[in-house]
Amino acid sequence: MQHFLTTESLSKDQLTNILDTAESFTNVDGGTIKKVPLLRGKTIVNLFFEASTRTRTTFELAAKRLSADVLNINISSSATVKGESLLDTLRNLEAMQVDMFIIRHQDSGAAEFLSKHISPHISVINAGDGRHAHPTQAMLDMYTIRKIKGEFTNLKVAIVGDLLHSRVARSQIHALRILGAKEIRVIAPRTLLPAHIESLGVKVFHKIEAGLKDVDVIIMLRLQKERMQGALLPSEHEYFHLFGLTKERVALAAKDAIVMHPGPINRGVEISSEVADGPQSVILKQVSYSIAVRMAIMAMLAGNQS
Amino acid sequence: MKIEINNAHIVDPANDVNKIANLYIHNKSIAAVGDKPTDWQADTVIDAKGSYVFPGLVDIATRLREPGQKHKATIASETYAAVSGGITSVVCLPDTEPAINSPAEVELIQQRTNATGHCHVYVIGALTSQLKGSMLSEMAALKEAGVVGVSNVLHPMANNLVLRRAMEYASSQDLTLFYHPMDHHLAANGCIHEGLSATRMGLAGIPTAAETAAVGSCLALIEQTGVRVHFCRLSTQRALQMLERAKFDGAPISADISAHQLFLSDMDIVDFDSNYHLLPPLRSRSDVAGLRLKLGSEIIVSLCSDHQPHERDAKLAPFASTEPGISALETLLPLALRLVKDEVASLANIISLLTCKPAQLLNINAGSLAPGQAADICICDPAIEWQLTAESMHSSGKNTPFLNKTLKGKVTHTFVDGKLVFQNNS
Repeated sequence: MQHFLTTESLSKDQLTNILDTAESFTNVDGGTIKKVPLLRGKTIVNLFFEASTRTRTTFELAAKRLSADVLNINISSSATVKGESLLDTLRNLEAMQVDMFIIRHQDSGAAEFLSKHISPHISVINAGDGRHAHPTQAMLDMYTIRKIKGEFTNLKVAIVGDLLHSRVARSQIHALRILGAKEIRVIAPRTLLPAHIESLGVKVFHKIEAGLKDVDVIIMLRLQKERMQGALLPSEHEYFHLFGLTKERVALAAKDAIVMHPGPINRGVEISSEVADGPQSVILKQVSYSIAVRMAIMAMLAGNQS
Repeated sequence: MKIEINNAHIVDPANDVNKIANLYIHNKSIAAVGDKPTDWQADTVIDAKGSYVFPGLVDIATRLREPGQKHKATIASETYAAVSGGITSVVCLPDTEPAINSPAEVELIQQRTNATGHCHVYVIGALTSQLKGSMLSEMAALKEAGVVGVSNVLHPMANNLVLRRAMEYASSQDLTLFYHPMDHHLAANGCIHEGLSATRMGLAGIPTAAETAAVGSCLALIEQTGVRVHFCRLSTQRALQMLERAKFDGAPISADISAHQLFLSDMDIVDFDSNYHLLPPLRSRSDVAGLRLKLGSEIIVSLCSDHQPHERDAKLAPFASTEPGISALETLLPLALRLVKDEVASLANIISLLTCKPAQLLNINAGSLAPGQAADICICDPAIEWQLTAESMHSSGKNTPFLNKTLKGKVTHTFVDGKLVFQNNS
């Protein structure tokens, strides 16, 4: 792998390899060794065209623990960033002898676009492009699931919420399918489901009670406030009433089911505080595992560069 | 000047000609097809054995990018690209900058064509002022300036009331309305057919209903007003079925399809390649099959290029942020011949959609090889296989999904008004 743009086209071995490598960094993260010199002398640029705290900081931490030099560049998403200036921005940074770009952009396909137009020795990691993909998030979710649940082949996983606009969900669906999850369900009103989503290998549910029955993993998606405009949903209240994850609904799933969320969470909109902070929630574990997983991906790409 | 084209397979659907024969050009006009005129002494003889001779093609949907967008292309570059593809009459659409809104823009295009053009250029004027969709344009003035029709292209109409009034007003000026069916609210900010590819790539989709809903509303207005409408660039088989049904019931309508819609579907879009970003979008495989099946239907009167040349930067961005459209003048005839090979329609039928039928729609004197007609002629060697490359393209726009693909059938000579304006030397 030279770039890490999407989970869709990767093999089971490649995904497992990422999870195994992340495992080897877990001690580094939580234990005695704070830093490894794997990326010493490399320059990594966090190029964020959309606001982000969690993803950017965990990438930064991961890069620093690999001893890389890190540069953070935030470009306001309010200004219309046209492709031309996107490419110009990139060329300028390229001239500073960068080794790796981590990019988040509001356009689907932006990371792939950059990977096609930069010098061949530079790697690109997709940190979220439009509605298309967020593969490092999906991998840290897979890591979290494997850590707690073991193998994927017996797992029923439900993804609940705004799948139409979710790059996280698309990357999760591909990763779960490739890793061999037994069943992948999506639960949402039709207004929040993209056309033909069943072709991605998922079962569609419009009622959360039916969809959550006996699942081992519940993945909640963030519902952005602006979705309340444009006739996708009538109100936050009604959304919570129909799709909000409550203690009673969690009880419909398998006894030891885990509750996940890519964050940031909207308490009282897609998830109740009781569940978010409850015993089955692994939301904060996802965040702490994210550093090891991102270290693994960066190290693997850098290893292929030399 | 007397020119003789010998032993060609002449296909001239306007005059029911489909045979091997000789063709004689005297100065600007066709002198004869078949028998040699009396006292004939040719100045030039072209042996066209193995080649087709067609009337120069008529393309009803060409962006020449003048006025206002010379960074994309010019009348000089695009009319040369046209004749290199055997096209001798093009119709430029009003979505220029400024829009073709008044006699001034029409005259500008005519002057630039006289000074720099290589083929006949006709103009469709704006249906509404500045294409804004709310006020009627000065259609009588546009008509006097010589436009062959009016259209709002893909700019939205404010509402159906404005559309109704525009239809009625255009009809009282004897102007054909070229209607591009798209419900802009349903299309929203979509950039690809709403289907599996859109879902996989996370791109906002344009549903089939964006086209069928617009067709349905317009058909209701046609029924109300009796106005004749030409429907442009159909992309869905369902819309075509609706129009066929309405035609059967007596509606005064016709339609066209752009050639690439008969070859490419949304499933061909891979790696976010912006050359596949089109409007209307590439539809599903079953739409492609459905459109192919109905190409011979009476309602289809033109197979067109929908030519939209862009500068490199316009396509150099993530998919949704690029400008839609393909540079298509030079692929129109090879794709059309491919349809014959694929047995979608007969050669004569396909050529009629490229010559006499669009000429009739526009009410222009073109698309026929009858003696006395202007000698607009295309000679094409159907056996030549060639690769479409950025370097070999004559259009300023290199934006096409067919780039680096092998095409079959190449124009060797193009005549406009009896003058050899293009010859392929390779």
